[in-house]
Amino acid sequence: MAGVVSYGAYIPYHRISREEFQRAWGGFAMPGEKAVANFDEDSITMAVEAAKDCLIGMDSVKIDALFLASTTLPYKEKLGSAIVSAALNLPANVRTVDFAGSLRVGTSALGCALDAINAGAARRVLVVAADTRIGAPAGQFEQALGDGAAALLLGDDDLIAEIQDSYFISDEFSGVWRADGDEFLRSWEDRMILDEGYSRVLPIAISELMQRCSLEPKDFAKVVYDAPVDVRRHARIANGLGFDPSQVQDTMFMTVGNTGSALATMMLVAALEEASPRDRILLTSYGNGADAFAMEVTDDINKLGERRGIKKHLESKRMVKNYETYLRWRDLLTLEPARRPERPPMSISELWREREQLLALCGQICTSCGTPQYEVRPGRVCVVCQAKDHFEPYCFADKKAGIFTFTQDRLQTSNDPPNTAVVVDFDGGGRGMFDLTDRDPEEVEVAMTVEMTFRKLYFNRGVHNYYWKARPVRC
Amino acid sequence: MGESIKDKVAIIGMGCTQFGELWDKNVTDLMVEAAYEAYEDAGVEPSDIEAAWVGTFYEYSGMAGMAAGVPLRLQYKPVTRVENMCCTGSDALRNASYAVAARVYDIALAIGAEKIKDQGLSGLQGASGAGVHVYPSVAPPGIFAMLATRYFARYGLNPEEGKTMLAKISVKSHHNGSLNPKAHLRRKVTVEQVLNAPIIAWPLGVFDCCGVSDGSAAAVVVRAEDARKFREDPVYIKALQICIGHGQGNVRSDWDYTHIEETVRAGMAAYTEAGIKNPREEISMAEVHDCFSITEALIMEDLQFSPRGKVKEDIDSGFFELTGGLPVQPDGGLKSFGHPVGASGLRMMYEMYKQLQGKAGERQLKDPSLGLIHNLGGPPSSPAISCLIAGL
Repeated sequence: MAGVVSYGAYIPYHRISREEFQRAWGGFAMPGEKAVANFDEDSITMAVEAAKDCLIGMDSVKIDALFLASTTLPYKEKLGSAIVSAALNLPANVRTVDFAGSLRVGTSALGCALDAINAGAARRVLVVAADTRIGAPAGQFEQALGDGAAALLLGDDDLIAEIQDSYFISDEFSGVWRADGDEFLRSWEDRMILDEGYSRVLPIAISELMQRCSLEPKDFAKVVYDAPVDVRRHARIANGLGFDPSQVQDTMFMTVGNTGSALATMMLVAALEEASPRDRILLTSYGNGADAFAMEVTDDINKLGERRGIKKHLESKRMVKNYETYLRWRDLLTLEPARRPERPPMSISELWREREQLLALCGQICTSCGTPQYEVRPGRVCVVCQAKDHFEPYCFADKKAGIFTFTQDRLQTSNDPPNTAVVVDFDGGGRGMFDLTDRDPEEVEVAMTVEMTFRKLYFNRGVHNYYWKARPVRC
Repeated sequence: MGESIKDKVAIIGMGCTQFGELWDKNVTDLMVEAAYEAYEDAGVEPSDIEAAWVGTFYEYSGMAGMAAGVPLRLQYKPVTRVENMCCTGSDALRNASYAVAARVYDIALAIGAEKIKDQGLSGLQGASGAGVHVYPSVAPPGIFAMLATRYFARYGLNPEEGKTMLAKISVKSHHNGSLNPKAHLRRKVTVEQVLNAPIIAWPLGVFDCCGVSDGSAAAVVVRAEDARKFREDPVYIKALQICIGHGQGNVRSDWDYTHIEETVRAGMAAYTEAGIKNPREEISMAEVHDCFSITEALIMEDLQFSPRGKVKEDIDSGFFELTGGLPVQPDGGLKSFGHPVGASGLRMMYEMYKQLQGKAGERQLKDPSLGLIHNLGGPPSSPAISCLIAGL
């Protein structure tokens, strides 16, 4: 029987207090804070982070398929999961699929992965859900929506949780939606969409699943289901079905916000972090219908190595200075450009040719003198011993490094000035010059330890330019 | 190993335009002014020029031999464009010198020019076409600022000590530039002003950065044995050295970011070529590539003017001032002239030439005999370096 082999999650380093929205616009502030992707993050980069967290201690060569779920993928026509797969340096024969179009695509991808495993078509499937939805300024969505990602490695052995049954509902309905070309969410009148959408459909899915499994609310250690923007509706569901509040997994509304298609999976990761062997967990996600799963945690949950998951990512944070910074990061303002040269066009042929260096941060090691070396355009002749074509691949993405020197540049265009650039020396050898992200400029110093993180440098002429940056070790 | 160039080639005429934001001049104006000053100084006619090497870095300042062929109307002459980043002007002079030394031509012109200020940008522009651009988003000041960060860390200078050391470099060059009618920036500044100026790329502030200017400079060269037919006081080439990076500094982790190996090597090669044993004692004056204050500090150590890690002592003692033991940037340097890339090397040589002839006006040094010019092009992790020496 298929189930969960490993989990991981990602929450951006930055949070904004919801009082900042009230400061800007007046009116009402929702309580708490929300997680805000940095200007160089999107659903692809967050998916990579969550996947890397999930794959700690796992053999990525065994992965047969990568399913990426999101409603905020950067391309209409171009595969997001292929970018994530390249960044993770997965084998070329991995099956990559994007799941999009609904807030329950995270669990839909999970369902398809389980089917593939149960059918014997795959042994290990990595499912990643990530979202960075933007609410229009001055609205309730702006305050409610947060950014985040979660990943599950699914398989048929070494399970930390067996998924025992599932139930699905499809329900055509325009409650909250975005049409092609819409930047922001649209919504019909609140009570109607909750009464006839979320609050009607979710309980049916949960009840039907429990009936199929011959289980009752008291049989579950945790019930995990995502929340609408109006979180008060979340508690009412459990109450109506007879769950005790202690059984209900927290929605992270006060700390992260509503992360869309990633929310249910993130909540499941949070539940698994606290789970004990033989706990039953009920997972449900809503969006034009509902997906529901019943699972039971195994003894192996205690063998899973340490990961950042939800808990550690939650604890590691820095507040965004103010609402104006948020607008700038989300590209919601047109700013005066620096008087610096315009970006030259992206060369797709070079991006393709150097994809291993650019997307997976792969370099090479000289087999004659043993020097690891990283360059976007890799050398053919060793920079140290001048041996020609004596190299083996050598990956830097998972290496920690120390800052050798740095600057804080105020001349170049930036969405988060000053631009902090660093020269780093990797543990085990090799050097590179990178941007430093998720940093407090005041705290940067020579010898600080950094790790590498997959980011979006910029969007230019229709191309999102993904690459690696350094960041102070997160936690 | 070939022969030394020492005393085989002489400069018999030089020209240099006013440098600055020359809104009313185009690149033809600049080249014509520099070349015709050089022709007149050498006592030659334009038609006497047999071949030319022209240095431009930016394609908008002129490409191919036509970069000089068209503005100077060098009718049906062999002209070659040289580009070696910030060494461009010096390398044009090097190529012209080699050509006359080889007896292929008797009289050759080296000219460099750049018309940067038409681009409407702050600072210098890189050169890049379609590609994958993932270099950190820092402009040249940021790249060089990393040298300062590391220098401070290595030698235990706190930010105030380090920035004060650098400020004194800029104060000295601004002072010299204030005495030079051809300089772009002619205002003296104080250490306090430099320290309080806005930061461009930490730890470098605006006064740690050189200006951005238009300008042109030119030299007419002949074989040494012919030089006195043209003038009584020719200036002789003593060394022409280039040293080029191989992409090592940001790949190998053993580069210290507090010295530039290519400058060390170009300097040593130039001293060998010129027969100099003790550069600190023997070199009379130097124009070096002070694109940023920290660059000049490192160059002083790399060229053996100051012991390693001790440049601060020489800066504090005024050793590099006009009245010091080894005046550096007597004309005001890139700091006061800005850096029209293709022209800079020849602008530096213009100052050495005038100083050696005793024609440097208020800035005139006492009895100089050897002048060194140095350029650093591209990133310090893998630069193009030129080191030229001229003398009587």
